[in-house]
Amino acid sequence: GMPPPAQYGGRHTVTLIPGDGIGPELMVHIKDIFRTTGVPVDFEEVCLSSDLGSDDIDYVITAVKRNGVGLKGNVPTNHDEPHIGKPKNVKIRTELDLFASVLQCKSIPGVKTKHQDIDIVIIRENTEGEYSSLEHENVKGVVESLKIITAKKSNRIARYAFEYARAHNRKKVTAVHKANIMKLGDGLFLRCCREVSQDYPDIEFSDMIIDNCSMQMVSRPQQFDVMVMPNLYGNILSNIGAGLVGGPGVVPGCNIGSDYAVFESGTRNTGASIAGKNIANPTAMLLASTLMLEHLNLHDYAKTISDAIWKTISQDKIHTPDLGGMATTTDVVHNIMKEIQKTIGAAAI
Amino acid sequence: LAGRKSYSSEARVITLIPGDGIGPEISAAVQQIFKAAEVPIEWESVDVTPVKGPDGKFGIPSKAVESMNKNCVGLKGPLATPIGKGHMSLNLALRKEFDLYANVRPCKSIEGYKTPYEDVDIVTIRENTEGEYSGIEHTIVEGVVQSIKLITEPASRRVAEFAFEYARLNNRNTVTAVHKANIMRMSDGLFLRCCREVAEKYRGIKFNEMYLDTVCLQMVQDPTEYDVLVMPNLYGDILSDLCAGLVGGLGVTPSGNIGAGGVAIFESVHGTAPDIAGQDKANPTALLLSAVMMLRHMQFNDYADRIEKAAMDVVKDPDYRTADLGGKCTCTQFTNEICRRVQLND
Ligand SMILES: Nc1ncnc2c1ncn2[C@@H]1O[C@H](COP(=O)(O)OP(=O)(O)OP(=O)(O)O)[C@@H](O)[C@H]1O
Ligand SMILES: Nc1ncnc2c1ncn2[C@@H]1O[C@H](COP(=O)(O)OP(=O)(O)OP(=O)(O)O)[C@@H](O)[C@H]1O
Ligand SMILES: [Mg+2]
Ligand SMILES: [Mg+2]
Repeated sequence: GMPPPAQYGGRHTVTLIPGDGIGPELMVHIKDIFRTTGVPVDFEEVCLSSDLGSDDIDYVITAVKRNGVGLKGNVPTNHDEPHIGKPKNVKIRTELDLFASVLQCKSIPGVKTKHQDIDIVIIRENTEGEYSSLEHENVKGVVESLKIITAKKSNRIARYAFEYARAHNRKKVTAVHKANIMKLGDGLFLRCCREVSQDYPDIEFSDMIIDNCSMQMVSRPQQFDVMVMPNLYGNILSNIGAGLVGGPGVVPGCNIGSDYAVFESGTRNTGASIAGKNIANPTAMLLASTLMLEHLNLHDYAKTISDAIWKTISQDKIHTPDLGGMATTTDVVHNIMKEIQKTIGAAAI
Repeated sequence: LAGRKSYSSEARVITLIPGDGIGPEISAAVQQIFKAAEVPIEWESVDVTPVKGPDGKFGIPSKAVESMNKNCVGLKGPLATPIGKGHMSLNLALRKEFDLYANVRPCKSIEGYKTPYEDVDIVTIRENTEGEYSGIEHTIVEGVVQSIKLITEPASRRVAEFAFEYARLNNRNTVTAVHKANIMRMSDGLFLRCCREVAEKYRGIKFNEMYLDTVCLQMVQDPTEYDVLVMPNLYGDILSDLCAGLVGGLGVTPSGNIGAGGVAIFESVHGTAPDIAGQDKANPTALLLSAVMMLRHMQFNDYADRIEKAAMDVVKDPDYRTADLGGKCTCTQFTNEICRRVQLND
């Protein structure tokens, strides 16, 4: 999607959706870090609660439409409440037509994991498939959920994946599916990927069945480059991928459409159980904010902040408990600020 | 196990479906090892190559069906599904014929198969008859497809009951239901509700519910947290392979399919390996472990323990690596060594 132009004075306004759980505390840190760095971004904060009764969702969607860009925490969906339409997180993605979820899972120096040298980009169709919220119970005790696959959206996500691969100098795109079972639905998805691949002879194309793919991910994840898949398989592979490189606290994600973009943590966790304890790893959310700065063409600011984040993890090794460390969230944030100030100080000399 | 038959220690007859490709070799290896251990069973070998019935449709030969109905327990090698011959996959045909509603796949770390994951000991239990595999799909208009996932209360309850019963009989502490009810509120919601209701009856076993994505996230970081997992069809398909990947892949993980009325078919999940068939290179471990699982199902626990121990001792011995593990050992040598150790441990 095209980034919105800066406003008067070169400043940008971004919709900030703190969400629940660890979202609000992490957003406070992001605001502090942006201020320290002098990032020309103003936040318009909107509330999104998990309370299904509240109609804040429409306001949130309007706010993102107005600003073009959002930075978002998650809200949990209470599945024991009666069925009323799409979960809020899903609604934001579908109503803004944020058709691509993009997640880069790359091994981080200094973070101990089971596998090394991973660099996978997961591109997930974000608006249809199993997430269509079309379900019914015709007879008591018999439920049908519909999965919708369309040529239009499959073509669009496939093209996005190949364009991404080309733009980022990637060599291979793997389409992940279950077309041997869902012959029509996943078959259509696979056929679209195949057809689109014809336009990109410079990029290798292959496909893999989701069960085998999950097994390959835990045995030889280095074989993968760019992966493209329908919605649910994307949910699965994003979480496997994030788990492989350090967990939910380190992988950022973005949701891109032709008009809007919303940035959030890669695996979209709420982190309710660790909220308010000052132990959440702020890295994923902070990196999401730097991806947002890239999207706004604020590359220097993005680089200053992301360099400070990587330095904090890989060299200074300030690690929260999820990475096996003892640091608090604020320890990490303070170290990042210190690194940013060093960079800014050096530039001033 | 969940069956209604009670098993005595007299010789039992077991249906054997040797299968295609390397199937006959690895089946022979299992038979040889069982003989060395003097397991009191007799094998009844059947062919399941589809035959055209009076209705013109291809199906499993009636002799094979009769054998399974009579013996209730079967062991099966890999089957090749001829592509484009107009009949459904044989595995699917077997599943339908015997209403094999639960697929059980234990994944346990094996000494000698080094992977980045240690001390894994997970059992995945997959609902095997409905869900995303209902086969109901429609093209609504050109370019728009609707696939139906079907979740029913009886099937959900049945597999949940099986999971808890399995946990009880195998001294497992926790059953975790894996779902995505935040997205598929009605279907996965129904599955989850059935699990919760069944859990009420098994107060001695801890019950957990977790999102599929959270399980994936944590499974690849620390799989030792998990015990028995129960889930709808597709999630089970994916997670069972993922878990197999944690411990070394399909070549070392057994599988059992449990059906209504006590029928059970145990199988290796790997393919027919046509590239090495007939060359005495195949690794029979997965089928052997499936056969061990079968023995436990029949409550032949002593034989199961003895064979499993001998097999594990050989597997971890670098001198007995088959080609798939980078060794030079043949299927015959591998099998002979297990037989020798089975008899030593007598
Ligand atoms: N930023 C983070 N830093 C450290 N741990 C995290 C972070 N985000 C998530 N986690 C952990 O990842 C796991 C999954 O998080 P999540 O919030 O999705 O939990 P959940 O119970 O599955 O979902 P929910 O809280 O939405 O009901 C939890 O153990 C959580 O503590
Ligand atoms: N039990 C085994 N022992 C040794 N090698 C095996 C075994 N099972 C599979 N392999 C090897 O793993 C690879 C993939 O095997 P697989 O049987 O899945 O092949 P396939 O061509 O997919 O067969 P199928 O069409 O029956 O699925 C092959 O190289 C095969 O030789
Ligand atoms: Mg499978
Ligand atoms: Mg195969």
